[in-house]
Amino acid sequence: MRQEQTAVGERPASGVPTPLIEARGVTRILPGIVPTTLVHDIDLKIAHNEFVAVTGPSGSGKSSLLYLLGLLDMPTEGEVRIRGKATVHMSEEERAFTRLSELGFVFQFHFLLPEFSSLDNIVLPMRALGRLSRAEMRERAAGLLDSLDLADHRHKRPDQLSGGQRQRVAVARALANDPPVILADEPTGSLDSKSSEQVFQVLRDLVDQNAKTIVAVTHDIDLAERMDRRVHLMDGGIASDD
Amino acid sequence: MNLIVDVALTHVRSRARQTLVAVAGVATGVGFSIMMAALMEGSQEDFIRQLVNALPHITVSDERRIPPKQPAEAAFDAAEIYNLTPEVRRRGIKNPLATMASLEAWLPGYVAPSVNVQAIIRYGSRDVGTTIFGIDPRREPNVSELVNQIRQGSLRALYTATNAIILGDRLAEKIGAQLGANVTVQTSDGARINAQVVGTFHAGVRSVDEGTAYALVRTAQILAQQTGLVNELRVRVTDPMQARDVSTRIESEIGYKSVSWQEAHEDLLSTFIIRNVIMYTIVGAILLVASFGTYNIISTITHEKARDIAIMKSLGLSERTLRTMFVVEALIIGFAGGCLGFVLGYLLCIALGSIEFKSPFMDTNRIPLAYSALHYAIAMFAALASSFAAGFMPARKAAHVNPVDIIRGAT
Repeated sequence: MRQEQTAVGERPASGVPTPLIEARGVTRILPGIVPTTLVHDIDLKIAHNEFVAVTGPSGSGKSSLLYLLGLLDMPTEGEVRIRGKATVHMSEEERAFTRLSELGFVFQFHFLLPEFSSLDNIVLPMRALGRLSRAEMRERAAGLLDSLDLADHRHKRPDQLSGGQRQRVAVARALANDPPVILADEPTGSLDSKSSEQVFQVLRDLVDQNAKTIVAVTHDIDLAERMDRRVHLMDGGIASDD
Repeated sequence: MNLIVDVALTHVRSRARQTLVAVAGVATGVGFSIMMAALMEGSQEDFIRQLVNALPHITVSDERRIPPKQPAEAAFDAAEIYNLTPEVRRRGIKNPLATMASLEAWLPGYVAPSVNVQAIIRYGSRDVGTTIFGIDPRREPNVSELVNQIRQGSLRALYTATNAIILGDRLAEKIGAQLGANVTVQTSDGARINAQVVGTFHAGVRSVDEGTAYALVRTAQILAQQTGLVNELRVRVTDPMQARDVSTRIESEIGYKSVSWQEAHEDLLSTFIIRNVIMYTIVGAILLVASFGTYNIISTITHEKARDIAIMKSLGLSERTLRTMFVVEALIIGFAGGCLGFVLGYLLCIALGSIEFKSPFMDTNRIPLAYSALHYAIAMFAALASSFAAGFMPARKAAHVNPVDIIRGAT
């Protein structure tokens, strides 16, 4: 499966497939009186249309790696490349634009803006990117909500939704600008088993039907087994990748 | 920009209670600043009105600042000349009408003549020493408050009798003269006329009300035996603070000694400086306190939004966009508070101005207030500036924070 996906990855003129996201010798050390190493010397390539589980015990650096891959954090050493483009020298504006157009985030908690309706939460990143007209944005947002079985909840605010519904709205928001990559940090971590299964199925469909690439941090071994690839971290480094 | 304004407006609208508290806080600061400015400037203007406008701004007298040379000094080339009897010169400003016309051609204000003469007013068996001012009733209202001080009759009534006179009310009471009474006025030089009382005035200063009378210029000239001459030209300028410069120019043009109110009352000037310092200190302090209040409220709101800032940053909104968003939000609150503060300030001024004081010693029985668009503009500027700072600084700090720190903290 993994090799198949690599085969459909984007190929430059040289013929060697370019990873969608690549970490090269990435190390992240938190400064302090006693510096803390979150991840060290990570080499990782994520190809197009992969569904990757990042697993490991608490404190192994799973979320830290995800934030580094998502340009939310900067490595102390090494670099992250998105579509082969180095990000280490990007300005804050350029990194923000890359996040806006290339990456979608789903966190353990929904992190929806509480004052906005579901529809407006989804429209927000679209408006920030500014590629569509207002009507097109609303139409696309409504379509995303419909596809996630949230058609009746367009105008509800987050506090009027259940946990599973909020998380699905968060997935819809991550898809707002149609990014090729979704980075999910424990997307089912705060949900009951039924909602958890619903959200997983949404992510699975995104890979299978929409050719998205998903990197998901999870504690849930069963869930990880149902993904295409598992990267296991231990003490900030990659212990296994299968 | 639409996104920024829309998000800012959504934040403001959706947290109605918090917004209302913030707007009310700004409005209170703005409103009380406006009220204090109106109070202080009103008090200042009243001070000017009471003390400066009660006096002529400039008095041109029939003297020379440097005494003219005596004929002997002109005739002999001597170092010093002793024991000469000075030449007797006829006192008075010559050609007063022509002089006034030349001054009026450029003067930023008004000029009026007066002739002063010491006399005794007798009515029946009572007589009182008096200073009689010969005035021009048409010009006088432009340079003094006399027209407002008339209690009986009018200034124009001076034209109604051959020798008409207006007495201070205490003077009239002292000699027992009523309106229409015929009094005798006599000077030490022997000039004597019969005059009809056509009015009384009340200046509020006992010495003036007891010892002053007004007549026409020509009546006073007859008493002073100086037909065609006046003793003084009194000038009121549009801006009292310009009196010194105007006075200097008058003296250089007509040669007679011209004294501004600043020169005549140096002590008033130091009072003005102290009052100005007090006024600006108080208004500045109020604005500063109000600004801190505004800053406090709005920065608290922005701090509370740190999580939202982190979320939006993780979505890909740039730091600049986020900073602008929260600055716009702060400015919306500041502007709304400023507008509400205008209404509050105006109502406070109206309420303060409606308080009436009853005192037999005061003519002004309400708190003096100055209504000025500048007060409103300054208060709004201060509200917007403090709102800007209150939105900008916490938003800048929040936008700089690594969103991971906040996301980790929230989870």
